[in-house]
Amino acid sequence: MFDGYTASQLMSIFAMQGFAGLILFSVFLLMALGLAIIFGQMGVINMAHGEFMILGAYVTFLTSNFFQSNLPHFFGGYFFFAMAFAFLAAGALGYALEWVLIRHLYRRPLDTLLATWGVSMILQQVYRSVFGAREVGVVLPDWLMGSYQVTDMIDVPINGMFVMALTATITAAVFALMFRSTWGLQVRAVTQNRVMAGAAGINGKRVDRLTFALGCGIAGVAGSAFTMVGSTGPTAGQLYIVDTFLVVVFGGAQSLFGTIASAFAISQSQSTMEFFLSGSMAKVLTLLTVVGILLLRPQGLFVVKVRK
Amino acid sequence: MKSHTTLPSRWSYFLGDMSERIGLLLFAVLILVVLPLGLDSFRLNNAGKYLTYAFVAVGLVLCWGLGGILSLGQGVFFGLGGYCMAMFLKLEASDPESTAIQSTPGIPDFMDWNQITALPWFWEPFHSLPLTLIAVIVVPTLFAYVLGVAMFKRRVGGVYFAIITQAVASILSILIIGQQGLTGGVNGITDLRTLLGWDIRSDDAKTILYFVNAVLLIGVIMLARFIKNCRLGRILVAIRDKEDRLRFTGYDVANFKVFVFCVAAAFSAIGGAMFTLQVGFMSPSFVGIVPSIEMVVFCAVGGRLSLIGAAYGALIVNYAKTLLSESFPELWLLAMGALFIGVVMVFPYGLAGLYEQYLKPWVAERFRRRLPAAEPVIPPSAVGQ
Repeated sequence: MFDGYTASQLMSIFAMQGFAGLILFSVFLLMALGLAIIFGQMGVINMAHGEFMILGAYVTFLTSNFFQSNLPHFFGGYFFFAMAFAFLAAGALGYALEWVLIRHLYRRPLDTLLATWGVSMILQQVYRSVFGAREVGVVLPDWLMGSYQVTDMIDVPINGMFVMALTATITAAVFALMFRSTWGLQVRAVTQNRVMAGAAGINGKRVDRLTFALGCGIAGVAGSAFTMVGSTGPTAGQLYIVDTFLVVVFGGAQSLFGTIASAFAISQSQSTMEFFLSGSMAKVLTLLTVVGILLLRPQGLFVVKVRK
Repeated sequence: MKSHTTLPSRWSYFLGDMSERIGLLLFAVLILVVLPLGLDSFRLNNAGKYLTYAFVAVGLVLCWGLGGILSLGQGVFFGLGGYCMAMFLKLEASDPESTAIQSTPGIPDFMDWNQITALPWFWEPFHSLPLTLIAVIVVPTLFAYVLGVAMFKRRVGGVYFAIITQAVASILSILIIGQQGLTGGVNGITDLRTLLGWDIRSDDAKTILYFVNAVLLIGVIMLARFIKNCRLGRILVAIRDKEDRLRFTGYDVANFKVFVFCVAAAFSAIGGAMFTLQVGFMSPSFVGIVPSIEMVVFCAVGGRLSLIGAAYGALIVNYAKTLLSESFPELWLLAMGALFIGVVMVFPYGLAGLYEQYLKPWVAERFRRRLPAAEPVIPPSAVGQ
């Protein structure tokens, strides 16, 4: 499959596809982080996670429209407000969902899966009714347009770099929150041993609810970042949900490092193969490899010892 | 009191206790007499289509309701069965005379459109009907076996299993859509006409196929009831409720799980093949994530512990889907979403559970003399999985 390319062309192809893969990696990672925190701590599968991401994307869309018509002078900075709004909106919805639905189902993980699938269907229809079935895109501010030319053959789009920087910042923030804050300590304690954590005076239910809200909020930010690189439709979240689950499971459910590593591996292999094979075959091969490895190593790449 | 110890005949395993027998009889009367008499040919064909999903739902009762294994990839097996049947019918429809205008006569039209000049090797066995009928059952079952052995032997279960089966459904549907020249792509395999020269598109043929389908469904329900009532069924319930304890007792839990997963796959495949015959096409839209998870809802609405309930569930949900999406398409997704939530939060044992809880005591009151007390369909241990 490398026939007909010179060595320098191949290098450029790998560099460009690698960069495209990094953008995919950013979206995967932002989505998977939220999912991994929720799944790791509560064992809950949130099938509506993709719809939380899309909520963030729509909030970004609305914010950009608002700035465009009302505050055109500040349009260059709308994105930072949009991200905050997306986080708050998705987090608030997540908080409500946990309170109404999820907390009743902690002992029935399979049923949670079905119920959150129902939530995702309802949200999809709501989006379709409110925003229409057509995909919407946001207008990027000037400073995010264009690209940076590294060599003659390698172009790096600026919005892509921005998304990556954003992902790095958020990942760092999540790590700081999980491993440096008191709240993170509580979350980790509940993850490792819920009963003991309760005995030590940690309110497990409160931690659960906040964790769920935080995970959904990160999904909202992921949606915000998603608008930088793609357009948003009511069903866009569903396209990513299976990939994201595989990222989480492949990385090892309780390990945030594993999530990063597996998001990187999956997105890079998919985007590199996409150039040489058709897009669908690249996806099939990537997913098959992941499923194959999971069959051999069900616990995923990285394992954190957890007392059940 | 266990019913089958009081009934000497081997048939009691297939038929169940008295109330189960009456339930089966009522269902048989409904699908063999009431529906054919009450519906016109078009509506009857639709009902037949819904009943093909009942095969999947009955399989899910065994696999999920009894065994506690939630598969979100039943569409894979439904699709594989359906595609096997469709490949045979397509080859029969593409004989050299009727495809003379193609650049390569004698191969399916979509292959010709995709510049494929020879029949791919895996299509060859589908020239023969016996081989096709074998493939309809064997291909999906074998696939389920490989998947099941790989996962259950390594003690992958629960949520992980659900996610992996879902990924498999996603992979297969992307693969089918991507390999347009070999599989017909997103349109699927269409324009199926005859089965051994017998026109399956005529009204008469559709009526006959409806009855074949209905009889097969009743057979499958009886087979499933046999599995449920014999010792195997009890082991499955034990696996669902206390897997570790069963393992300590010396059972190889994985083998039972693989078996029931294969049975559910085989049932789904029969449904898929009957779907192709009755509807006249097969496409990847019955394979992917969304149809697979919808099939779980058919089972959940009917009652995840009741074989007959699941069959009713498939009929009712699909009928509602047709009704709603014809008149209020935007309501359908909302209704379906609400159904998912409701079936988990409000009535986890579906219509069958509601019947057991509210209607049955009333019925039993009326027929106290004739009906022996039956086991409750909801075991107290099932709550909380």
